[in-house]
Amino acid sequence: MKQLLSFIKKEFYHILRDKRTMIILFGIPIAQILLFGYVITNELKNVKIAVLDLSKDNVTAEIINKITASGFFTLNKNIQTEKDIPLTFKEGKIMEVIIFEPDFAKKLQKENFADIQLIADASDANSANMIVNYTSGIIMNYLAKLNKNADIPLKINVNERMVYNEALKDVYMFIPGTMAMILMLISAMMTSIAVTREKESGTMEILLVSPLKPLHILIGKVTPYLALSFVISMIIIAIGNIIFGMPVLGSLSLLLAETMLYILLALSLGILISTVAKNQQSAMMLSLFALLLPTILLSGFIFPIENMPKVLQWLAALMPPKYFIIILKNIMIKGTGFAYVWKETLILSGMTVFFLGLSAKKFKIRLE
Amino acid sequence: MTDTSIISVKNLTKMFGDFTANDNLTFDVKKGEIFGFLGANGAGKTTALKIFCGLSFPTSGEVKIAGFDIYKETEKIKKNIGYMSQKFSLYEDLTVKENIRFYAKIYGISKNEIINKTEELLEKLNFSHALNERIKDIPLGWKQKLAFSTAVFHNPKIVFLDEPTGGVDPITRRQFWDLIYEAAENNITVFVTTHYMDEAEYCDRVSIMDAGRIEAIGKPEELMLQYNAETMDEVFLKIARQ
Repeated sequence: MKQLLSFIKKEFYHILRDKRTMIILFGIPIAQILLFGYVITNELKNVKIAVLDLSKDNVTAEIINKITASGFFTLNKNIQTEKDIPLTFKEGKIMEVIIFEPDFAKKLQKENFADIQLIADASDANSANMIVNYTSGIIMNYLAKLNKNADIPLKINVNERMVYNEALKDVYMFIPGTMAMILMLISAMMTSIAVTREKESGTMEILLVSPLKPLHILIGKVTPYLALSFVISMIIIAIGNIIFGMPVLGSLSLLLAETMLYILLALSLGILISTVAKNQQSAMMLSLFALLLPTILLSGFIFPIENMPKVLQWLAALMPPKYFIIILKNIMIKGTGFAYVWKETLILSGMTVFFLGLSAKKFKIRLE
Repeated sequence: MTDTSIISVKNLTKMFGDFTANDNLTFDVKKGEIFGFLGANGAGKTTALKIFCGLSFPTSGEVKIAGFDIYKETEKIKKNIGYMSQKFSLYEDLTVKENIRFYAKIYGISKNEIINKTEELLEKLNFSHALNERIKDIPLGWKQKLAFSTAVFHNPKIVFLDEPTGGVDPITRRQFWDLIYEAAENNITVFVTTHYMDEAEYCDRVSIMDAGRIEAIGKPEELMLQYNAETMDEVFLKIARQ
């Protein structure tokens, strides 16, 4: 019995003295619970909407008021004609357009029913569904109140339409997200492992003593993964298109160019990690926690960023996958050209230049 | 330094913060000799070796390798030296042929020459059957012999060996030293660090480092006379106890 006890005691020593294990045992569960608690929220907050009020009477004004006062929606824009609608959605901020037909109040009074149309941006199918349901709910609530004082029951027809993803296909969400995740995995994690493996086996020293320049070593390490990632991204797009019907409405070459940019960025992150990690195992752990996990949770892949608390939204703003997913969705689902993704492209380019420079510099220094 | 020096070191000092790893080292190594760089663990051997190979820079002092200045002509030095480290130099998942070809190409040897030399080399080692075998499937002793042969494949002026015979059986160690002798006969200077004191006796000259300084340098026989010792082991112990 004493043997067993002393053995258990030794095991406790091992665990308590290993900082890394302590972080995994305590830090990560706590962080995860907090993160998940805030991230997985099905509530809507400050969804930006636009209104096309063809009637502009007191009833429509009241309905609009009720909608914005609910706290779920923010009126971002007042559109004047139907022609403005596609543009509004393309700009990417507005999630829903509410259209009131002309002479709304009059129709309600004379004919006892009127029409409202809700158009939602379904490139994020789950959110679109919720948004439309919430909006309908508010309208129906209002209608119920009206009907309390009415002799003949009034009716408001709420028409729903989803744009970009009529059938609310999940695949429209998960293919861009999967691409962002897989490319990050291959380019970043695999690269960091490849470099640290060289360090671990001691062959890195041999390379450094040789006439090979550090820059060449870097390029040599990175090039196969660049090529592989590119091929894999094309495979994903092809499978998405052929098997799941995911379209590429915009320019394919723009899509591939943006993909290359993202791959380069991921590669430089991988190299950066390799300069910090001492061996393959820590390279892998660092890649998983610093890159993969945030990609899944904070990129807008699964959980909409708009619903997260401000702090997490700022954190998400630092994540390259967030911008890449927007670019992918815009090009593939919305069919937009460069004009609508230039901002995200600029951000990704800036990040790439920064990280490439930083990791190249650190790589050189680390080797000494 | 004299014309026959292939490595000349003058007042080499290397500091890491407050810690002096190499303290004013001054010595030289003659062309074609087998020079043993001895010392206990932590004495500063590996630090100095890294500097000679161009992996790090001295804090101060002059170092010339194969006639090239270590500060200004590092690239030229790299082309003229070979290196074999404690951990292996060869890639486990590549074959013998692929490993040799990879390193030979970095040193600029032509494809045909690589093929011919590889054949010659393997025949000499009695290892021709292993041309297409992966390094991980080869016994340790063979790996080391191959690693050494790869390090001198491009006929460098100097080859630096960092504890090359660790963990290997005595027979293989003996065979390894045969390869070293052969390299020296081909005018390749061999600079080897080791803590196997019996290997010290195979060298033409040795230096013994202790706490960052060179405490003794000369031919093994001379040192044994000087310190009144029968083996290099004893010489080493006497110096360490000073």
